[in-house]
Amino acid sequence: METINFVYNLIPDQFIAIIVICTIPLIFLIVYALLAILGELKISAWIQERLGPMRTGPWGILQPIAEVVKLIQKEDLTPDTANKPLFNLAPFIIFMGAYASFAVIPFSRYFIPSDINIGLFYIFAVGSIAVIGIVMGGWASNNKYSLLGAMRSVAQIISYEIPGAMAILSVAVLASSLNLEKINIAQEGGIWNWFVFGGQGSWDKLWVVPFTLILSLIYLISSLAETNRTPFDIPEGESELVAGYHTEYSGMKFAMFFFAEYANMFVVAAVLTITFFGGWNSPFGNFMQGPGWDVFWFVGKSFFFVIVQIWLRWTLPRLRVDQLMYVGWKVLLPFSFICFLFISLFRMIN
Amino acid sequence: MIEYIKNVWLGFWTVIVGMRITLAHLFEKKVTVQYPDDRYPIPPNARNKLYLDPTLCNGCTSCERICPVNCIKVETLRVVPDDPERPMIADGSKRKLWVPVYDIDFAKCCFCGLCTTVCPTFAIKHTVEFEYSTYSRDELYVRFSDMSPEKIIEKKKMLDEFQAKEKAAKAEAARKAAEEKSKTDAKAETSPVTESKESN
Repeated sequence: METINFVYNLIPDQFIAIIVICTIPLIFLIVYALLAILGELKISAWIQERLGPMRTGPWGILQPIAEVVKLIQKEDLTPDTANKPLFNLAPFIIFMGAYASFAVIPFSRYFIPSDINIGLFYIFAVGSIAVIGIVMGGWASNNKYSLLGAMRSVAQIISYEIPGAMAILSVAVLASSLNLEKINIAQEGGIWNWFVFGGQGSWDKLWVVPFTLILSLIYLISSLAETNRTPFDIPEGESELVAGYHTEYSGMKFAMFFFAEYANMFVVAAVLTITFFGGWNSPFGNFMQGPGWDVFWFVGKSFFFVIVQIWLRWTLPRLRVDQLMYVGWKVLLPFSFICFLFISLFRMIN
Repeated sequence: MIEYIKNVWLGFWTVIVGMRITLAHLFEKKVTVQYPDDRYPIPPNARNKLYLDPTLCNGCTSCERICPVNCIKVETLRVVPDDPERPMIADGSKRKLWVPVYDIDFAKCCFCGLCTTVCPTFAIKHTVEFEYSTYSRDELYVRFSDMSPEKIIEKKKMLDEFQAKEKAAKAEAARKAAEEKSKTDAKAETSPVTESKESN
């Protein structure tokens, strides 16, 4: 017995709790991804005045499940000249980058998997792992389209991370914390106290309201670029690059790319919700406020922004590469700097 | 600088306009239908699959001759005058030709509609049916004749007999005519021959 007992010493005290906390976001993510795929199919169809999938289940609601089953059945191809270890690793690294963000996302005041003090910084740091995965996949595919797509993606993500980070940094200045829970608590008390309207404070906060509004928009736009979604989907522009960095992927590995994209969409929507739109807080002050309602408001707001992303995708055409760089470096960046400066100034004087 | 601000504002504003338009379309009535269950009405003058009414066809073969892609094949048999059936065309006139073969190869048909315009009895017309794809080209070769093989053989035999009779009658008539002629010739022979002899 002595010889086996050391195994128990290796297992931490709250082992089961840790497992449960790790799996809950995963289960949520799977359900959300199915819903988001269905939402994407249906919203795109409705915007184009089509019906969308109608055959699988009532009104086609089982379509995402059918698609997953189809992807599982597909042959898992690996090109002969691909760098096999990197090729096989890339989709999982991208997904890992998306899933790691869930460690700090506070779904409710009672469900914060890891309540660390640098939550915002962590989300930004972990979000950049996706870039490594994309470069890995694009380079290891040994395909010109994949490599070009990956390079475009990296250029895009790096240039749009700066305005996004400035927007987030302004929130950190307003909340004087990087802890996501504290940021949420700083926005309590109804819609007028959300950071999109300058956070809590007296009437002199009206000075910052225009800037926070602009910053929330800047974060929304740069988050679209970070998730490689239209109008910023030049990394996978079909007309030029076949499919971009996942040209050579098939079957489950392609599904992982797909899954990671949807997971990333949720992460950026969640960050936008937490930083600018009150996180788990109800828009009506103390009405409908509580641990259970927290989940409702948080998930509801995040889903709203996911739907906005889908809506934007089916509205706007793809930007050209030079337009993309123009928007990133010449519009979003100066605007975010100016807004950040004014908010910091306001914070200093106040 | 003012140009730049204007440009940024315009970019932002156009996105808002575009999103408003797509939002409006999101709730509009859908233009697609659940096709096999639910379909759009086809106008009655649509030119789709051809249909021949064999009771109306008088076997004039106008359609066969005008068809630009030669997809119609018509064969006819003459109706014997003493046919016991006394066949009629559905429009009331007397049938003069049996139509034992009337085939349309829909793989070739180009839906020009010329056959329907030339048809004197309006026997061939376009229907609204357009879903007739098959697994084999042979299935697109449709035979429209309503005559059974036995009937065709019978009618052929009747026609053969009639023609034989006719031929015999003709031969008889020819022979008679020849006889008559020879008689008249024999009568008339004397003068011209002598004339010729004289001329010689």
